[in-house]
Amino acid sequence: MSYVRPAFRHPESKTNAEGFTRQDYEGALSTLCAGCGHDSVSSGIVDACFELGVWPHRVAKISGIGCSSKTPTYFLGKSHGFNSVHGRMPSVATGANMANGEMAYIGISGDGDSASIGLGQFGHVARRNLNMVYIVENNGCYGLTKGQDSATTDVGSKSKKGDPNPFEAIDLCAMALQLGATFVARSFSGDKEQLVPLIKAAMTHNGFAFIDVISPCVTFNNTPASSKGYEFVRDHIEATGKMDFVPVRSEITANYEPGFTKEITLHYGSVIHLYKDDKLDCTDRGSAMRAIQEHNDKGRILTGLLYVDPDSKDFHKVQQTVKQPLRDLDEEDLCPGARALNAINGSLR
Amino acid sequence: MKRIESVNEFVIRFANVNGTGSASANAMFAKSIFRMGIPVSPKNIFPSNIQGLPTWYEVRVSEKGYLGRRGGVDIAVSVNPQSMAQDIGDLNPGGYFIYDNTKPLDLRLHRDDVHLIGLPLTDICREEYTESRQRQLFKNVIYVGALAALIDIEFSVLKELVDEQFKGKEKLVASNIHALELGYQYALKNFECPIGVRLERRDAVGDKIIMEGNDALALGAVYGGATVVAWYPLTPSTSVVESFEKYAKRLRIDPGSGDRRYCVAQAEDELAAIGMVIGAGWNGARSFTASSGPGLSLMAEFLGLAYFAEVPAVLFDIQRAGPSTGMPTRTQQSDILAAAYASHGDTKHVLLIPSDPKECFEMSADSFDLADRLQTPVIVMSDLDLGMNDNMCDPLVWDEEREYDRGKVLSKEELENMSERYGRYLDVDGDGICYRTLPGTHPDKGAFFTRGTSRNEYAVYTEFGEAYVRNMERLAAKFETAKTLMPKPEIRRAKKPTSDGIIYYGSSNSASLEALDMLEADGLHLNAMRLRAFPFAQEVVDFIDQHERIVVIDQNRDAQMRKLLIIECEVDPKKLLSYTHYDGMPMTALGAASHIAKLFGSSNVTPLRKKKAGEKA
Ligand SMILES: Cc1ncc(C[n+]2csc(CCOP(=O)(O)OP(=O)(O)O)c2C)c(N)n1
Ligand code: SF4
Ligand SMILES: [Mg+2]
Repeated sequence: MSYVRPAFRHPESKTNAEGFTRQDYEGALSTLCAGCGHDSVSSGIVDACFELGVWPHRVAKISGIGCSSKTPTYFLGKSHGFNSVHGRMPSVATGANMANGEMAYIGISGDGDSASIGLGQFGHVARRNLNMVYIVENNGCYGLTKGQDSATTDVGSKSKKGDPNPFEAIDLCAMALQLGATFVARSFSGDKEQLVPLIKAAMTHNGFAFIDVISPCVTFNNTPASSKGYEFVRDHIEATGKMDFVPVRSEITANYEPGFTKEITLHYGSVIHLYKDDKLDCTDRGSAMRAIQEHNDKGRILTGLLYVDPDSKDFHKVQQTVKQPLRDLDEEDLCPGARALNAINGSLR
Repeated sequence: MKRIESVNEFVIRFANVNGTGSASANAMFAKSIFRMGIPVSPKNIFPSNIQGLPTWYEVRVSEKGYLGRRGGVDIAVSVNPQSMAQDIGDLNPGGYFIYDNTKPLDLRLHRDDVHLIGLPLTDICREEYTESRQRQLFKNVIYVGALAALIDIEFSVLKELVDEQFKGKEKLVASNIHALELGYQYALKNFECPIGVRLERRDAVGDKIIMEGNDALALGAVYGGATVVAWYPLTPSTSVVESFEKYAKRLRIDPGSGDRRYCVAQAEDELAAIGMVIGAGWNGARSFTASSGPGLSLMAEFLGLAYFAEVPAVLFDIQRAGPSTGMPTRTQQSDILAAAYASHGDTKHVLLIPSDPKECFEMSADSFDLADRLQTPVIVMSDLDLGMNDNMCDPLVWDEEREYDRGKVLSKEELENMSERYGRYLDVDGDGICYRTLPGTHPDKGAFFTRGTSRNEYAVYTEFGEAYVRNMERLAAKFETAKTLMPKPEIRRAKKPTSDGIIYYGSSNSASLEALDMLEADGLHLNAMRLRAFPFAQEVVDFIDQHERIVVIDQNRDAQMRKLLIIECEVDPKKLLSYTHYDGMPMTALGAASHIAKLFGSSNVTPLRKKKAGEKA
């Protein structure tokens, strides 16, 4: 157990703007292996939600199957969760979102879940621009079925089993960009300073926000020869320009660090501040794709915010659904009644 | 030569090439008979192809009100040289063969026991029209005009239909009526009209309507409060969703904003479609998908999740001929077992089985109540015959007082006032149905984790065998509760007491009813039961218990409903005889009657002239 929750609430524990403590965002005790990267992601989600001041019960957590997909039990214990079937989290999240567009949806998946069995659903939820945060906890292997190579394993990377992987890796960020995702980022479970603001920005984005989090599997894929192990990642990571996320309510009072030169205003008024980066323009899809490729060619892993479209139109907007959640509509809103039916009968004679 | 003589009782079959615009002319023909107050039942027989292959349109006209296929053809209208040999061959002796005689009929096709009626359709069109598309389209209208003279369709009714169809497009109205006249006048001048088979206005239709089952399912979903729809195109289910959108665009628009009170997603496949439905159901919206056999197979894993995690979902299965792609545009009832037991592990699903559009409408609306009440998938089992053909039925009714049954969903207030610990899978009422909560309802009460893994009463993951078994037993108890909520079977007693009976379901209804009358006329009295749902209500078990021999009618090879009855009602298999018909065409009354008579060892029933492929005892 690597994520132990203190048993009592400290009387001086801090509350956020909505009056919640960090504990209000925690979940059940993790049953993952000690040191598993996935637990750090869970804790990053807790931090992000706490700092953003979201209402825990207004978030729904949805996942597929895998060690990663188990984690929604370990954060946001006051939220409803749905641990669905392997690779199909996107469709369940889509239906849930169609039913009620007013809640926040966090989807948790693994590299097996999203890049293999669920590659189709991953692609389609991205192109529909569903308003959700989609996090892949990417360990380059199938943790829960004991360490087989996954489709994101790099060529030549060696897991505990010892055979180098011969197949090309799928880069989920590159795919998401190509398929129309409107927020794309990559991070590392070991870099909370980068991860937490990314999750916060993703949660504020109106549309499909994808974060590929490299999240080492300490049990099966943390060898020095694995490109998804802690050692390799720490040695090869490179970040895009540093990012600062400023939520809407603190905008006026925020004290900007000098050097931030680019400002992106998100849908609800929150702002992302970015240092001027030498090459990457985060609002240009092509620039993001090139940056990923260039780093990849050099054997480096580019992390940070890669792309955001602040004017994105989410699925509900495209579908022109009413403002009110569909699930809250009743007979009066939905049932056309007997008179309309009689008219229809008339047209069928 | 014998001449079939009949007023208002006959079968006419049109042979066309698909993609030539015959569908609308043929539909106008059927509708005109309906408007003359005579019951009519048209069936489209079409290939899995967009253009160029043979299609047929078989119309049963029956003043007595028989709406199933009878068997045999009295009039053939042949406008497709490709299928001419078959079309003339299928004609009953004394029947009428109407064909395009622009080219003389191939001598090898001549039959001296049928009446030939040649219409120079191609010649007339060549003279009248310059464009080839017009020549092709009006050919169809011209033969309808000729039929008006040959079998006494009231010309004013045809005019009225043309007016309605092309409302506001005066040019089209005029040109269509002109084409009808061309055919009408030609027939009048060249033949003795009417021929032996003809129509006479009646008042046998009353306030009945005529519509496709898929259209009715869609309308039922609009009335039943469905808001989330996810689907993947698949014949013959596609028109359910298309029709839902058609009605929703009219009836589900917010008057203030013009926004939609529904959301339709064309999914990437059927797996995603059912996943979306389950996500929406979990989040409290009424949601459905429509598909057919291949889609049902893909949905299997998810259906098991919805059963085990107890999430409402509605699936319309418009069955077609399988296995695999089978005969994708032909009808069958061959998903019964696959649907009843869809998924791995111990799973069972609620099935509703409509037999006409009115029942499609009602069962569609009811399916959402049942799914919410039972917190489980409900599968409505229609088929291509019912779904894609115009079927006559009583008008649709909606009770203004009706309220949606949203089942056991705890509100914010109920959660607030709850003193005991909330348990998602606690059987508080002893009916196997537990209380659920919707995401986002209450700040700190009622949240739980939905999963396909085993859990205890408080939705906490467990691999403790006893807790797993308790949960499975409760799910079985819930299925017992379901039995009491299912629509009852429809039971018909014979005029004379008998210990023999038949069981049928779905689109077999009309032909079965007619077969029963035929058998009765021949002295074979049978009680009858039409199944309307699974799990089987007690009445189903009682009916079987009350009889010594029962023939179960299935439109599939393996007698799937018979097997389901044997498994679920624990009856002696010897007691349940089987008549199966599965050649892809809807079964016929004559075929059913002769085979049932044989099964009961009754010799005085007129045997069927010719055994059709796929019909066996
Ligand atoms: C239909 C189906 N096939 C196979 C499995 C077995 N299975 C469970 S988890 C998993 C792989 C998980 O890998 P990943 O998504 O990367 O998650 P991780 O455990 O690595 O976090 C597999 C193959 C399953 N649950 N369902
Ligand atoms: S097996 Fe790997 S992925 Fe699974 S919990 Fe252990 S460390 Fe994490
Ligand atoms: Mg993995």
